[in-house]
Amino acid sequence: MGFLSTLFLRWRGGSAASDPRLLPEAQLSGPMPWVIAIMIAMTVVAAASGLALRNAAATASADLEGGVTVQIVTAAPAERLRQAAAVVAVLAKAPEVAEVRQVAQEELNTLVEPWLGTRPGDDVEALPIPALIDVRLKGAATADQVAHLRALVVPVAASARIDAQAGWLAPVFAAIGTLQWLAGGLIALLAIATIAAVLLASRNALGNHRETIEIVHMLGGTDKQIARVFQRSMAFDAAAGGLAGLLFGVVTIVTLSRQFAGLGSGMVAGAVLHWQDWIMIAAIPLAGVALAVLTARVTVLAALRRML
Amino acid sequence: MIQPDAEIVQFDNVGLRYGTDKEILADVSFTLYPGCFYFLTGASGAGKTSLLKLLYLAQRPSRGLIRLFGTDAITLPRERLPGFRRRIGVVFQDFRLVDHLSAFDNVALPLRVAGVSEKDIARPVGEMLDWVGLGDRQHARPATLSGGEQQRVAIARAVIARPDMLVADEPTGNVDPDMALKLLRLFESLNRLGTTVVVATHDVHLIRKVPESLIMRLDKGRLSDPTGALRYPPRRPAMAGADASPPL
Repeated sequence: MGFLSTLFLRWRGGSAASDPRLLPEAQLSGPMPWVIAIMIAMTVVAAASGLALRNAAATASADLEGGVTVQIVTAAPAERLRQAAAVVAVLAKAPEVAEVRQVAQEELNTLVEPWLGTRPGDDVEALPIPALIDVRLKGAATADQVAHLRALVVPVAASARIDAQAGWLAPVFAAIGTLQWLAGGLIALLAIATIAAVLLASRNALGNHRETIEIVHMLGGTDKQIARVFQRSMAFDAAAGGLAGLLFGVVTIVTLSRQFAGLGSGMVAGAVLHWQDWIMIAAIPLAGVALAVLTARVTVLAALRRML
Repeated sequence: MIQPDAEIVQFDNVGLRYGTDKEILADVSFTLYPGCFYFLTGASGAGKTSLLKLLYLAQRPSRGLIRLFGTDAITLPRERLPGFRRRIGVVFQDFRLVDHLSAFDNVALPLRVAGVSEKDIARPVGEMLDWVGLGDRQHARPATLSGGEQQRVAIARAVIARPDMLVADEPTGNVDPDMALKLLRLFESLNRLGTTVVVATHDVHLIRKVPESLIMRLDKGRLSDPTGALRYPPRRPAMAGADASPPL
């Protein structure tokens, strides 16, 4: 009987098979991991920028949300002081006001010094600087609430001007929003570029291995089996590239954040990344791998469907 | 499930042409039955390889009807092709081994494609390679094998999963007479176990070695029937499973 007893067992029960060793491993390699590394690094930096901008806007918005500033604009110092005191007294009794504080003259002097000069002989106190009253509301400073406060203040201080603090930064918030959309758009473009690169690499690999694929088809291999080989190869390439890209991106983020921290600006100080943001950034290479594998699968299956 | 008397292949007025060229095969009609041993002969360019391509589903005909294992192969959905192809062992004229795989892995490929576990692969593949005389060349890549050795690997790959039908295109063209005879005996062993064997060859000596075989002859794309192979019932059908012992 010899070998036939074992050889001639009928293998019909096998299901769709683990991946046979159809194609040489890493057959998609070459520039692919590097391309993916660059894409992932740029995506990481873009995402980190978008998230930091969002955090900066959120921090600034939280700080200013319930803030209202009352300016007493009159040149006569005594009248200015009288109106300021009257406004503080009225607003302190208003139910929607959580806190009211007149900004001290020394603070005002400090604020205007950089613009008005601090050379010897300068006397900023001689300037008719408006009295400022910082008001904190219990909720957000809506237009209705600002109008209500104005109705309370104007009878006791005719020269009072009332502004919601958030209103001053509205153009900044709009700009931040635009930058966030730009970051999102950049990420979308990078994803599209990654898809295109994977698509070309997969088609190229299919062309290089067309003969082997035809043989495997003739031996009863399914499209999914063949596609799995390409997917696995692409997953390795994308994972290697993704890891390298993540490392490069993180180094870039840390370097940039240190440089921005050195500016000492209040708005920039809010542009930090929280731990949730870092998790999102760490997930970018995983998303990249998933995108690359999915693209390879769809590309290969579509190409195989055109073969008999 | 193949019925004992059911035809395994049926061609009815099949024609094949590439583009607008003249038909390579014209009005080809025949029936193959389970357990029979067929030789397909004809001069070079007669259309033997084209006919075999239709048999192992590498090509769709330009016209006509093909039934395979009782199913219309013309309208067979693409996703069902792998299941049918696994029932057909093919020895290609140009071997078509996978270059980056060793002889062992080439022979194991049909089993792996069929989902056989690795522990069930090593022994039969090793034994098969031993039998075709390549036991000591298991790890060799095709590029390092001679033409005859490549052909033996191709044959081992075609028969390793014991197909219902074996289609071989000039399977002994590159081996010495002793090995040719040995391979022929392997085909006969498979045939006795119920596998329908179709061997395309123009080697008359080879055909004479299998006296019970049925012969189909192709001449300029048209089929003739010198031994009554195309008649029903066939002149002398082999009995499936009559003798499981190989003539080793």
